Amino acid sequence: MPALLELDDVTARYGPVQALHGVSLTVDEGEVAAVLGANGAGKTTTLRAISGTVRRDGSLQFGGRRLARTGPDGAARLGIAHVPEGRGTFAELTVWENLRLGAYTRRGALKDDFARVQTYFPWLDERRSQQAGTLSGGEQQMLALARAFMQRPRLLLLDEPSLGLAPLLVTEIFRIIKELNESEGLTVLVVEQNAHIALQAARSAFVLEVGRVALSGPSADLQQHESVRRSYLGY
Amino acid sequence: MLELATKRKTAVSTGISVPVLAGLVAAAVFLAVGSLSSGTFAQQTVSGLSQGAIFGSLALALVLIYRATEVINFAQGEMAMATTYIAYQLTLWHLSYWLAFFLTLLIAFVLGVVVQVVVIRPVQHKSVIAVVIITVGLFILIDGLVTWKWGADLKFMPAPFGNTVYHAGGVAISRQDIGVFAVSILSVGVLWVLFQFTKLGLAMRAAALRPAAASLVGVRVDAMLAVGWGLAAVLGAVAGLMTEPTQFLQPTMMQAVLLYAFAAAVLGGLESPAGAVIGGLALGVFLNLFGQYGKVGGYYLGTSELRLPIAFVILLIVLLLKPTGLFGRKQVRRV
Repeated sequence: MPALLELDDVTARYGPVQALHGVSLTVDEGEVAAVLGANGAGKTTTLRAISGTVRRDGSLQFGGRRLARTGPDGAARLGIAHVPEGRGTFAELTVWENLRLGAYTRRGALKDDFARVQTYFPWLDERRSQQAGTLSGGEQQMLALARAFMQRPRLLLLDEPSLGLAPLLVTEIFRIIKELNESEGLTVLVVEQNAHIALQAARSAFVLEVGRVALSGPSADLQQHESVRRSYLGY
Repeated sequence: MLELATKRKTAVSTGISVPVLAGLVAAAVFLAVGSLSSGTFAQQTVSGLSQGAIFGSLALALVLIYRATEVINFAQGEMAMATTYIAYQLTLWHLSYWLAFFLTLLIAFVLGVVVQVVVIRPVQHKSVIAVVIITVGLFILIDGLVTWKWGADLKFMPAPFGNTVYHAGGVAISRQDIGVFAVSILSVGVLWVLFQFTKLGLAMRAAALRPAAASLVGVRVDAMLAVGWGLAAVLGAVAGLMTEPTQFLQPTMMQAVLLYAFAAAVLGGLESPAGAVIGGLALGVFLNLFGQYGKVGGYYLGTSELRLPIAFVILLIVLLLKPTGLFGRKQVRRV
């Protein structure tokens, strides 16, 4: 599998606070990869560095192109869909308008895409004129996935899709992520607190500690790793 | 963490609530019945609607910018006045009124974009108060430039709608009132269609509501804000050109109109485009009817000197009783 995304020694800072101290990681085309780590380890910042929502230095390659000077709107046009913390829902707009915005970088009719989206989220059709802010947390997370899907991205960045959701919903969300990966060939990089479910869904994973990749490898190996088990899986 | 959560800006969504809708329907019925039973009432209502449509279109310009930039553009009226002078200059060069009109709208759009890019964008993310001060500075700058170029004396443009007065069942209605109303409402309607039904409009709304999320789906937020300023300037130009037939051309012509528009925008809810327009119409009609019938013990309370203070009393009442305006609502949101 060729690498779709390659980060080499990427640093980022918020004002005087350095959040990334040199992150290097590779995501292959067509895989689900997970980023794990404690609070403040730089998981969210890693995603933000990729989509250009934070100032960063170092080498970022996406599909053979350098991302160093690309802002968030440019990254979106290159095919990176970033579902940020808080899901990036346009709460004041309708479900349908949210989906149309998802497809903003694309031209042509959206009918086929919307039909495809509905196979994953059948409830979207009858809610299409509902204000998105009135959806439940789980529905908003699904809307975020649907919106990202409408963008037809080459890479989907997901920031803590499990946040604030009931365990059953978390399982459902990850089932859909896996399905999008397997039947649509979507490459996914997901940041998760819930290491257990993330390692189950992902083929490879990276563990961040204070702004660096401390451990990386196939999920199966990491699940067996002593310190990962103790720190993130709790057994 | 808790402090952060409580400090977050309370978002206001727009939408009409049942009591407000009922009130508007009642007001419409009252105006219709009144107009049918009294000729004077009908005349005052029509010319109130005509003035109110001007307030409404300038108020909408204020709301567009408020939603995108979170400041009141104090220079909105002066920008409108300056573009009206441009139309005047074009008619001096023997362009027909309506050709000058549409050319001016185009120029206004470009000027609005330029203002955003050159003076607003550099300070926009620094502080709100800086942007406010910039708009006040623009007010003074534009005022000075226009007075320097064209002078402070009254100027006259060709009458766009002629001086015809229609008589219907004892009611005299001027063609000008109807024209001003129609042009103002039409431009508001075109803008509504743009915002509601086009991809550009959707992207502009997204950029104004959630800039960070909008950029993540590929919207160029800065460009959208600039287009927003351009469209606001176009609405302002319409308001200026429609004010000219009654006020004539002078550098101060839009100052009172801006204040009425401000009152109208607050009345409707600063976040609500529909509210701004309806607020403008309501204010125009109310001021006219109050001027005609607002009499206590032989004293008229709604004379022309008191119109502006009355607008501010309304503003004060709205801010005290319903700060989100008639059309603003606290955000309904589940987390």
